[in-house]
Amino acid sequence: MKERDTITAIASGMTASGISVIRISGSEAFSVAKRVFKQKKNGTFSEWRCEEAESHTVHYGYIVDGEEVIDEVLVLLLRAPRTFTAENTVEIQCHGGILVTRKVLQAVLAAGARLAEPGEFTKRAFLSGRIDLSQAEAVADVIAAKNRLSLKNSINHLQGRVSQSIRALREKILDEVSFIEAALDDPEHMDLTGFSERLMEESQENIREIDKLLSTAEKGKYLSQGIRTVILGKPNVGKSSLLNAFLGTERAIVTDIAGTTRDALTEEVQLGEITLQLVDTAGIRDAVDQVEQIGVNLAKKEAANADLILFVVDSSAPLNENDYEILSLLQDKKAIVLLNKSDLETVVSLEDITALLQANSCDAKVLAISMKRPESTDSIEQEIKNMFFRGNLEVNDEVFITAERHREALQSAGQSLAEVIRSIEAGMPEDFFSIDLLNAYRELGFIVGEEMDEDLVNNIFRKFCMGK
Amino acid sequence: MVPEFINEAYDVAVIGAGHAGCEAALACARLGQKTIVFMVSTDTIAMMPCNPNIGGTSKGHLVRELDALGGEMGVNIDKTFIQSKMLNESKGPAVHSLRAQADKQKYSAEMRRTMENTDNLTLKQAEVADLLWEDASDGKKQVTGVKTVSGGIYPAKCVILCSGVYLNARCIFGEVSQQTGPNGLPRATHLSDSLIAAGLELYRFKTGTPARIDKRTIDFSKMEEQFGDEKLVPFSFTNRPEDIAREQQSCWLAYTNAETHKIIRDNIHRSPLFSGEIHGTGPRYCPSIEDKVVRFADKERHQIFIEPEGDYTNEMYLSGMSSSLPEEVQIKMYRTIPGMEHANVVRNAYAIEYDCLNPMQLYHSLESKEIHGFFSAGQANGSSGYEEAAAQGIIAGINAARKLQGKEPVIPDRSQAYIGVLIDDLVTKETHEPYRMMTSRAEYRLLLRQDNADLRLTEIGYEVGLISEDRYQKFLQKKQLIEKEQERVCSVAFGASGKIQDFLKEHNSQELRTGTSLEELIRRPELSYEMLAPMDPNRPDLPQDVVEQVEINIKYAGYLQRQEQQVAHFKKLENRRIPDEVDYNQITSLRLEARQKLSQIRPVNVGQASRISGVSPADISVLLVYLESFQKQKG
Repeated sequence: MKERDTITAIASGMTASGISVIRISGSEAFSVAKRVFKQKKNGTFSEWRCEEAESHTVHYGYIVDGEEVIDEVLVLLLRAPRTFTAENTVEIQCHGGILVTRKVLQAVLAAGARLAEPGEFTKRAFLSGRIDLSQAEAVADVIAAKNRLSLKNSINHLQGRVSQSIRALREKILDEVSFIEAALDDPEHMDLTGFSERLMEESQENIREIDKLLSTAEKGKYLSQGIRTVILGKPNVGKSSLLNAFLGTERAIVTDIAGTTRDALTEEVQLGEITLQLVDTAGIRDAVDQVEQIGVNLAKKEAANADLILFVVDSSAPLNENDYEILSLLQDKKAIVLLNKSDLETVVSLEDITALLQANSCDAKVLAISMKRPESTDSIEQEIKNMFFRGNLEVNDEVFITAERHREALQSAGQSLAEVIRSIEAGMPEDFFSIDLLNAYRELGFIVGEEMDEDLVNNIFRKFCMGK
Repeated sequence: MVPEFINEAYDVAVIGAGHAGCEAALACARLGQKTIVFMVSTDTIAMMPCNPNIGGTSKGHLVRELDALGGEMGVNIDKTFIQSKMLNESKGPAVHSLRAQADKQKYSAEMRRTMENTDNLTLKQAEVADLLWEDASDGKKQVTGVKTVSGGIYPAKCVILCSGVYLNARCIFGEVSQQTGPNGLPRATHLSDSLIAAGLELYRFKTGTPARIDKRTIDFSKMEEQFGDEKLVPFSFTNRPEDIAREQQSCWLAYTNAETHKIIRDNIHRSPLFSGEIHGTGPRYCPSIEDKVVRFADKERHQIFIEPEGDYTNEMYLSGMSSSLPEEVQIKMYRTIPGMEHANVVRNAYAIEYDCLNPMQLYHSLESKEIHGFFSAGQANGSSGYEEAAAQGIIAGINAARKLQGKEPVIPDRSQAYIGVLIDDLVTKETHEPYRMMTSRAEYRLLLRQDNADLRLTEIGYEVGLISEDRYQKFLQKKQLIEKEQERVCSVAFGASGKIQDFLKEHNSQELRTGTSLEELIRRPELSYEMLAPMDPNRPDLPQDVVEQVEINIKYAGYLQRQEQQVAHFKKLENRRIPDEVDYNQITSLRLEARQKLSQIRPVNVGQASRISGVSPADISVLLVYLESFQKQKG
């Protein structure tokens, strides 16, 4: 491999954590490290004698900037080619803390390394033949994985479960193309009689197969990005206690993410194995009438954009027009009506709500809950699983399409096959079929890395964040 | 050692006057280069030693493309055909293909006349024994001329090898092996060694030809008559249908049967193909009858077309029955076919083995990568067929002339012409058998139709200088007529009432619910431009070839558009050039096989690299990422 310059970056992500890792990779990795990493001997700093050290060993010492000690660190010495990038690599483990980590990085930069571009380490690993493109892509997914299950799914991608079904589809399509082409060139020995009918059936079957994969894309999205959820209900029905119950569970992880649709916050809630993106939790927290505050129109908009509506109803009080209004938003949506305060005397029964939903032609589920009973969140979790993952959230025997790129490619492939069917229906000559068959073949090829495109390659590396 | 003597110097020396050699020599001479062409015998110029026809599936496309570039084959077959047929008319326009039965003698004689009367062109009957070259300043070689067996040195700035199947040729049938070229003509025994000495790698290929039967000994009443088309389409865009009208001869269709197959099977051990006597690799797509019987064992019969070889001969060609079985077995075998019980074999079938170049040693311009000024075309490049040869011949001729004129080579790409597909396949993909053009090899065949070859390539032919001003103006007119008529057709509107509804009902086409245009109606599968004439009173009187383009462009607009998108995608990788300095051995992440292949072929762009067998998409992804950082480093 040609000599590449030496690059560095923070490899552990810029969050407050116990330990941060700064990675240096390239032919000059060791000499760069030597300039900033010193060991103490008899109370004075001395040169790190890395030349004598074995590969894959840990060294204790200090990162110094001139005379000033920046941090006390552990350093990993990794010699080429048995490293991620297949280049000489040094990894500095310093104390977490954003300030210290930055200072260490600055010292390394001053010592002669260049700041790595996003994805550059992975690109070097790729160029060194350590990983192939689909693995690189899966690495990006692993980094972006939000929870255990989406991580597991990424790993399944790595192992090629999706690839198997895509490859099988491609093979079937190619067989048909080959048959058409062979028949064009050797009509004496290849008979196209009845071929259109056969191709029609097979294309329909292939479209069904593609749709099946696409249906997992929805699940995959919920899995990897969370379910966009809005909690609706009139004042004092228990929205905030529901929220607190979500947040209060010991399994929950909460992070604040700036909302993308408007200035309202979206909060990520971990409900067991499911991630919910809760919309406008601020409104709920303020315990003001949410519908009033954000306005019916906005509520409608949020409800329309949501993957899931949790409609909280106070079962101890009669329904009023607010409830009816919200009810009308549930049409064609995935929704759960939570009959709260079910421990109190009920005025609104499960049957009442069910009848109302039917009258409004809503397909929502109804759950009687009480925020005083901690197992209520369990039943909600189970219901969401039923709705979004058909109750089954084990990724063991199912693989989800999570990458947007794969979803798009599948869709195009499906459209191309639909074109084939249209051509057959229009009675076009067989040689026309191969144009769209080949398009479908190609699109599917992009998913499994059997077709290559410059944009595709570059986009995969662009997806990486700094330091990877 | 024969004493040497030096002759007059030439710009270009062409070795061979078969279909490649004729086109190469004519192109060079017509582009103003002083050209000499060598041949085994002046009586064999443009000889057709195998099938008596020009064109056919995908080959017809090549001939029309050749014609659009200013080649001779289309014009020559228009002069000399005895039957003409548009094949595959029941299929889509992409696979319509023109084929004409030639009067072989006349074909050869007409081409000879053209060659003899072309300025700047010298014909020489002599066997070329040596390629002459010297070391070039860049470490490669520079061609300097050729030397004949009789010691004649002909200095030349460019040499085009069009040696066909003559190099160290050997004809074989049964236990007989003869050291001759086709038709018993002398072979070329020296040139192979000279090419090897110049550092070129040779392959040994094999092909074959069927028998010729005396017409008087065939009972045609037992066969199906195959007529030519009534509506003629000329090969050359310079001819109108009425220019080529003539009385046509018939071909005949017969079938082999169980008895034929039994004779073949019983004697298969005597076929040199199966006994191991032949080492050369034969074409998979033009199999001998014994190949077919073995490969399609469950087929009860195979087609045989019995085709006339010309007006002045009784010889009939047995198409589909090439063989290298012993003569006596052949006779028995032919006589099993109904109508041929008493057949007299004038010439028996034989296989022929010969040397050719590994074409991956050539650039797309058909010039050698290692010897400046040395070009190669035709069967010498491992192709098969007259049309494939001619197509390469004109490209080699044009590019040799352009090299001498200091111009960039002309290289049609895969999205422009079958010729582009042919040459790209030859120089990029490893061929281990004679390469035959096929419809399936062209990815963008809906755009590369035989009917629009002129629209695709006349511009190039004109720029090169092989298309006359007069012809070019006519071409521009045609283009304009097509555009105008397409516009007009879009603007002709119909309301959902009156005459048009009756018309649609009458033609089983759905009646209109809202207004529409003539264009939309033409697009309906059950209607056509022609059918809609009564509904289109202001229609101008247009030539048939203009109408054809308008109809195709409208009817298949969606498909054409999708194919254009495929081409746009293809061009992206095609435009990604690979710098000369790239050292593939440094890119360790490429698999070893890819590194070797890429180093050997040195593709000019990523598109070409992606078509090399042994280079996977994963290798291409590596190459793309590598090129990006390579360019960054270079700044």
